[in-house]
Amino acid sequence: MTNETQNVTKVTKESKNKIRVEFERTDLWERLKIKYLSLKFLGTVVFVIFRIVLLLGISYIILYPFITKIAGSFMSPEDFADVTVKLISRNPTLDTYKAIITENSYFDALFRTAGVSLVAALVQMFSCCIIAYGLAKYKFKGNSVVFFCVIFTMVVPHQILRSVMTMLFKNFDIGVFNVGIIKLLGGTPANLLNTYWPMVILSMTGLAFKNGLFIFMLRQFFKNIPDELEESAYIDGSGIFRTFFQIILPLSIPMMITVFLFAFSWQWTDNFYVTIFFPTVRDYATFPTIYGIPSIFKSYTEAAGGSLFTSAFKNTVSLMVMAPLIVVYLFCQRYLIQGIERSGITG
Amino acid sequence: MNTALTAPRATAPKQRKRKVVSLDKKKARAGWIFVLPFVIGFVLIYLPMILQSVVSTFYDVSLIHQTPLYRIEPVGLKNYSTVLFEDTSFVQTLVSGMTQMIIDIPAIIIFSLFMAVILNQKMIGRAVFRAIFFVPVIVSTGIIAQIDLATTNINTNMEGEVNTGNQAQGSGGASQFINATDISALFSSMKVGGSLVTYVVDIINNIYNIVNRSGVQLLIFLAGLQSISPAIYESCSIDGATGWETFWKITFPMISPMILVNAVYTIIDSFTSASNSVMSYITQTFTQKSAEATTMAWIYFVLVILLVAAVAGVMSMYIFYQRKDG
Repeated sequence: MTNETQNVTKVTKESKNKIRVEFERTDLWERLKIKYLSLKFLGTVVFVIFRIVLLLGISYIILYPFITKIAGSFMSPEDFADVTVKLISRNPTLDTYKAIITENSYFDALFRTAGVSLVAALVQMFSCCIIAYGLAKYKFKGNSVVFFCVIFTMVVPHQILRSVMTMLFKNFDIGVFNVGIIKLLGGTPANLLNTYWPMVILSMTGLAFKNGLFIFMLRQFFKNIPDELEESAYIDGSGIFRTFFQIILPLSIPMMITVFLFAFSWQWTDNFYVTIFFPTVRDYATFPTIYGIPSIFKSYTEAAGGSLFTSAFKNTVSLMVMAPLIVVYLFCQRYLIQGIERSGITG
Repeated sequence: MNTALTAPRATAPKQRKRKVVSLDKKKARAGWIFVLPFVIGFVLIYLPMILQSVVSTFYDVSLIHQTPLYRIEPVGLKNYSTVLFEDTSFVQTLVSGMTQMIIDIPAIIIFSLFMAVILNQKMIGRAVFRAIFFVPVIVSTGIIAQIDLATTNINTNMEGEVNTGNQAQGSGGASQFINATDISALFSSMKVGGSLVTYVVDIINNIYNIVNRSGVQLLIFLAGLQSISPAIYESCSIDGATGWETFWKITFPMISPMILVNAVYTIIDSFTSASNSVMSYITQTFTQKSAEATTMAWIYFVLVILLVAAVAGVMSMYIFYQRKDG
């Protein structure tokens, strides 16, 4: 082998740091034949075609309802009365969008929802990380009990606790059965409704919507990180919290992004907590409050095809609620790429 | 571990003078500090809510047309006996709901893992496909689910005229290009078991449902796949492993902690989602007899917890963690 190559290649020294290697290449046709006429290449092609067909098919299933929703959003009320109109509008109009933006104060709701969602998602992300790390990496008495409690919070949907939750935050006091710390100290329980506190309290303690899932997911992830990483950090003199913030958290960015996305989008579309925690404030316009039909369209809803118009209007609202989330997702998903070298430990 | 802990305790007085805290104890303390937010919240906020809700199952709330509007009287276990032995439809709904779960859950997990592996590969338009697969996560909850539900009835009535898009039509759209009878014909000629055929046909008829319920799981798997070091794949391909082998020997064990998460989540999510037959039965009862509905809910949750514990117990025996002590 070595003899052969020596015969073919010719190495000449061009300058001090540069050499030139001349060798006989197999001609292009031969190379292409070897590359593309193999069974392996055929397999790759078949797989790529299979993959694209599958992805397109399932995307179709997911997007199918949206085709008609989008088509409906451009229709004018006359189109709904006309039986012959299908999907493509005769009198395309942007009135529905305009009405949502001006009459239903879309941007007000957008900014307010964005603020609430961002704060809630960030707080939930960090608190869930901290709780999950404690559960995953430290052995202490009661670890499994705490973990069971986390799973328990996943199982019981908050809808069941609706009235209890309202009562709790209406007369907020820390304690059990009407005997609380504030009452014992002679104060009156605080009314936390119509403030952001209930959301913050639930988020910080990892009790908000589906936080049990986040904790569970992050715990499984942290459990899979080799202990050697922390051990070497401890040996280098790093404390427990510094290790957590400087070693562990940077490793878990994909997981944190995922948790953030979940928390953000669920808070974004949430109407359960918003209606509980803000029962009386009318000018608190978030997305749940803006899907009513504005008064300028009231006459259309009673006309022929009115129910169709109503549903198309609501579908348009849901499209406009979803659109910013897709943008946020596209921005975040760039962090969901493989290739993050997770640990320097081989083996 | 325990023996190591008890051994120094014999010489405890000496150690206490020097204020030496063992590493295990230090670690235990750090662990408590980390989980403290949850423990505080659980004990002070969550537990009182739960207790209040459970206690209410031992009371009967009836509407009276007088000033307090409600009359609350303790009835002991009466609610439980009513729900379990007198209300025949509850047990029936429970059983049929559980069987449907057993069909759906493996399908959702396998589907989402498969799609996550595919979406993790480099290809043209990956970001777009990922965004499309994220849509079910948004659609499944909150205001958008509510709008969908509210508009479904209207749309199905007008189905012939304008397709405004909803679940019922989505499944119709899916079955337009996959005919269930064709599939069963294909499978029966392959001479595999009849139960497998019905299973696959069920899944295909249900594909819209399954796709839309696996969005969260898919994203969790996708995040889990990021954490597998590319160095492992590299050394694998150098050793000449095929894609199939790499999946079963590397991807599958490394993703197994997330499979547990997804199994547990899928079970819980499908049991407690509003579209579940038992949950809708409970909410339906809630409008008339709230005490009984709460009782039903709690019986149901206890069953779900038992099921989750069983599944998690079995699965955690097979899970691979990349640590020395497992």
